[in-house]
Amino acid sequence: MTLSLHEPDLALHVEDLTVSYQSKPVLWDIDFDVPPGVMAGIVGPNGAGKSTLIKSVLGLVPVVAGHVRLFGLPYKARRRRVGYVPQRSSVDWDFPTTALDVVTMGLYGRLGWLKRPGRRERDEAMAALEQVGMADFARRQISQLSGGQQQRVFLARALVQQADVYFLDEPMAGVDATTERAIVDILRRLRDDGKTLIVVHHDLQTVRSYFDWLLILNVRVIAQGPVHEIYTADNLKRAYGGQIALLDETGFLSNQASGS
Amino acid sequence: MTGFLALLQDYTIQNVVAGAALLGLISGVLGSFAVLRQQSLLGDTMSHSALPGVCLGFIIAGTRHMGSILLGALATGALAALVMLLLTRMSRLKTDAGLGIALSVFFALGVVLLTHIQGMNNAAQGGLDAFLFGQAAATLRSDVWIMGAITAAALTLVAALWKEFKLVTFDPEFAASLGMPVVWLEVLLTVMIALAVVVGLQMVGVVLMAAMVIAPAVAARQWSHRLEDMVWLAAAIGVAGGVFGALLSALSRGLATGPLIILSVSAVVLVSITLAPGRGLIWAALRLWRGRRRLRDQQVLTTLYRLAAHHEDPVYRSEQGMLDTYHGLGTRAALRKLERRGLVEWGEAPPAEPGPERRWVLTPAGIAEAERILASLNGEEA
Repeated sequence: MTLSLHEPDLALHVEDLTVSYQSKPVLWDIDFDVPPGVMAGIVGPNGAGKSTLIKSVLGLVPVVAGHVRLFGLPYKARRRRVGYVPQRSSVDWDFPTTALDVVTMGLYGRLGWLKRPGRRERDEAMAALEQVGMADFARRQISQLSGGQQQRVFLARALVQQADVYFLDEPMAGVDATTERAIVDILRRLRDDGKTLIVVHHDLQTVRSYFDWLLILNVRVIAQGPVHEIYTADNLKRAYGGQIALLDETGFLSNQASGS
Repeated sequence: MTGFLALLQDYTIQNVVAGAALLGLISGVLGSFAVLRQQSLLGDTMSHSALPGVCLGFIIAGTRHMGSILLGALATGALAALVMLLLTRMSRLKTDAGLGIALSVFFALGVVLLTHIQGMNNAAQGGLDAFLFGQAAATLRSDVWIMGAITAAALTLVAALWKEFKLVTFDPEFAASLGMPVVWLEVLLTVMIALAVVVGLQMVGVVLMAAMVIAPAVAARQWSHRLEDMVWLAAAIGVAGGVFGALLSALSRGLATGPLIILSVSAVVLVSITLAPGRGLIWAALRLWRGRRRLRDQQVLTTLYRLAAHHEDPVYRSEQGMLDTYHGLGTRAALRKLERRGLVEWGEAPPAEPGPERRWVLTPAGIAEAERILASLNGEEA
């Protein structure tokens, strides 16, 4: 079977995607498109399926129905153009390895079977560590890094993948303000270079300043599109229900009680 | 000394030592991955579950044929791992419960089969129960060759798939996103641990084999910061413990080899857990104690500072007794240390005041240090 291009002009095209772990759906009939060159945020309450959406795009969880295309082709055919930053808490940071070694892992896919990373791979990894401001920590045992530094190492590992589309799962979760700014700067630079970034995000306060594209998710798609059209009190209320501080008239968050 | 050399020329002892070294090698290397993947207990389940396989291998071959016994052990060991996996995937059972159930069911089955074989009055069944705790002395040269071949195959695989195994152990999701066949790599690692178990059956038996998988890796982890170092070191510890235990048992006629090997390796674990720099318990305790003492000194210093600020007198003189009451314990040692650092002075009391003649006063350096401490505390709170 030859693969024909389907929606090749979209960095990401998700159609009719349904995922369920048990009998209850985690994602229900998701249609989601991201044009190239934007920084897209995915927000939604806990259990909305944000991480699951990314994982199902990357083929990490089985899909009940639907399909996914990256620049017109399925993930398997586009693997080399995709970078992935999993949640920091998804690995054991007491693993015996160095920051440089973790970043080098981003090149394992390109290396292929039986080949070992050599000087060239080390240099590339080092360059990525420099980009995220972690060059001085290259030889450091990863368990000795702070949460923010670990997150930057993960980001560097995705940078060496030299991808066109990056998926990041809560890269700003549990990091200090300095690291958050550094990460956002790097992501913006990537976007300005024409890369597409798809970021699961948890902090509604910063959505408008960080992203130019937005998906509001709660098992179903609540809204998607340019952030200035989508980031409205009404949409947020539909996603989060009453459990959230609402937008006031000026667009800033206030701590109004629900239903007021 | 000549006695020791004669020992090494003994054919049986050569076999035992070679077997113990091979066992240490394979279990050190594969155990490292098992421990890092938090599957230490999987080794235990697989080794206990090898017992019914040993018996089935014997029943099918009709004799104590090593090849079929090991194949049987490998089969039921791997089957137990599979059952555990299915139990935890399909039901709400947690991994530890799944491991426990698989272990006890398979082991019970093995013991039933063992007693059944003993009841058959087959002369060839002699010593099948040795697989429970191992019978190193019964190791033949052909057994050593089988163990060597299995070890060589496993080590070759680990070398060839090194970076894949490393990434699957550290971050399986990322590995999958790169297109690595994660499930197959994990199955391969698990089957190889079953292989290590099979290698150890003859030497240490099904009951103690888990320790052989876990112990060298745990000890090595204490001393190493990279997976490469950890695996080499675990292999070295495994080999050394195996050889040492084997020789010890040869020197002291009558003591069981397998348990001695386990005890040798465990001694290394004990030393590593307490003494290893950085990760050892002693160092951790020392760090804790130092940290607490430093904090105490800082508290006493800031108390002096606050008292001085409260009285709006930078050279306010505080009484020893008052500081003790303030902190609910003796502060003399802490104050002496602060004095040695030039942060406080043991000064004269103001002439007109009642009370003790000598009191504690902050030096300018002490004031600066107290302000630095308080500022950093406030900075963290902000």
